[in-house]
Amino acid sequence: MRRARTWLPGLLLVTPSIIAIGVFVYGLLGWNFQLAMTDKHSQVAEGEFVGLKNFVDIWDLPRWHLSVSHTILFTVVFVLGALLLGWLLAFLMEKGIRGEGTFRAIYLFPMAISFVATGIVWRWLMNSGTGERAVGLNRLFGYLGLPEWQWFRDQDWGMAAMALPAIWQMSGYVMALFLAGFRGVPEELREAARVDGCTEWGVYRHVVLPLLRPVLLSALIILGHISLKVFDLIVAVSGKQIITDVPAVFMWVAVFDSHDPAKGATIAAYIVVSVAIFVIPYLIWSVRKERTS
Amino acid sequence: MTAVAGRRGAVFQWTRFGVLCLFVVVFLIPIYVLLVTSFKPLTEADPSQAWNLPRTWTVEAWRVAWEKLAPGLWNSVLLAVPGSLLSCALGSMNGYVLSKWRFPGADVLFTLFLFGMFIPYQGVMIPLVQLLVGLNDLTGLDGVFYGGIPGLVLAHVVYGIPICTLIFRNYYVTIPTQLIEAARVDGAGMLRAYRSVVLPVSGPAIAVVVIWQFTSLWNDFLFAVFLTGPTSWPTTVMLNNIAGAQATPYSQQMAAAILASIPTMVIYVLLGRFFMRGLMAGALKG
Repeated sequence: MRRARTWLPGLLLVTPSIIAIGVFVYGLLGWNFQLAMTDKHSQVAEGEFVGLKNFVDIWDLPRWHLSVSHTILFTVVFVLGALLLGWLLAFLMEKGIRGEGTFRAIYLFPMAISFVATGIVWRWLMNSGTGERAVGLNRLFGYLGLPEWQWFRDQDWGMAAMALPAIWQMSGYVMALFLAGFRGVPEELREAARVDGCTEWGVYRHVVLPLLRPVLLSALIILGHISLKVFDLIVAVSGKQIITDVPAVFMWVAVFDSHDPAKGATIAAYIVVSVAIFVIPYLIWSVRKERTS
Repeated sequence: MTAVAGRRGAVFQWTRFGVLCLFVVVFLIPIYVLLVTSFKPLTEADPSQAWNLPRTWTVEAWRVAWEKLAPGLWNSVLLAVPGSLLSCALGSMNGYVLSKWRFPGADVLFTLFLFGMFIPYQGVMIPLVQLLVGLNDLTGLDGVFYGGIPGLVLAHVVYGIPICTLIFRNYYVTIPTQLIEAARVDGAGMLRAYRSVVLPVSGPAIAVVVIWQFTSLWNDFLFAVFLTGPTSWPTTVMLNNIAGAQATPYSQQMAAAILASIPTMVIYVLLGRFFMRGLMAGALKG
């Protein structure tokens, strides 16, 4: 152990950030969990400790069931869609192609736009009007002879449509991740496999794909945590409508419309837990990996 | 390579190019909609003309959208410029210490910081509102912490510490430690070594962090909707209110959406490669 004189100044310099993170991240998270375990169901209520009652009771609300199942459908479609599209684009560009810079720039630029602006365009595109009143994609599909859809207003598959703008926005990012992953595979490894008689597909399957696993994991974590807390996009496309309700919107309504802090805190706690379940192991794993390498 | 394989290769090349171009068209559809709709006069706001170019081009919708959105744009400037610079300063100091001036437990601390990057901010929002309201009362500054831009800047700077620290730390790791050691031997303390060795080469990391933070602050909706009031609403909240009002014609909605996106789009076009590096850092890839 080095002497304190050498490391103490460093610790002092980081102290403001340690305090800030301690208070604003961990302190407030704790406060939120504590609030979720009280019966403070109005701004003026005292808030007696009720244990996990709120966490259990919320499952009695039909709206909560809806928002959970909406999130699951949205997450599956969004994560798979963005992964597949991002991977496909990276795969097509992997070996270099004319105008690569332009392609990359176009696929990536939606990331620079806010979810709110994205939501406004896509609300127009996914307008559920049909026939004479059709605008957006329904009108376009009409020209092309394709069927018209209810899009995000569909009773069962609305959230799958809601994932489309999110895929539009994030698949370029996945492409960039995969492209960096592809380029990180040393050419000698591929060459060696070819010399050993591997077909191009074999090289891809047995050499490239296994090396892309860490990239795939990063992409999964990033897309997954965006998906579980999705808020802006839903609000911009459909507002507070039950038909596209998700926990983050439900929480917003609980705080601002129902004025029920304990309920809002309970929903927020569920969102945190759903993300923490897979992010904490991932962080521990990646810090360990870095230390060993 | 045989002739057949060569021809197959060429076909594959063109297929690849064709598919990529097809996706370019798909990706640009929303942009076409934004632009075309925003220049249409109200008389052409008919479903049957939804995909047509405007017959008469007009900037009327842009003018109205600008009038409605301008206060929000200004608030966003007041939010994003100081916010990203403060984040940058904090991130640089933290990254320096965590890579070159490590103390016992630095790794654990770094992991604890990183979790702050991934927490859904909903999980702190309700107590944060109470905390900022409390700060208003405590300081007697009504509408500064809660309901004002300074409070929103504070929140963004604090919750930006993890990502900014990560980017700077991963960048500073690549500076040879011998350079710091040499400065130390010459009698430089921690801050002198920072000023004379580390800061002069920090340019790229500063660019990455400023761009990343500027974009996230400009595009944020969640913090803004919880922490600000009508006089301090940034662009995203105003944009959502404009577009959410039933009476707002599509042309104005689209013009407002473009106006709100121009600053980040310009940054993306001019400084795209730094933007990319920020994205990669977000994936813990350094």
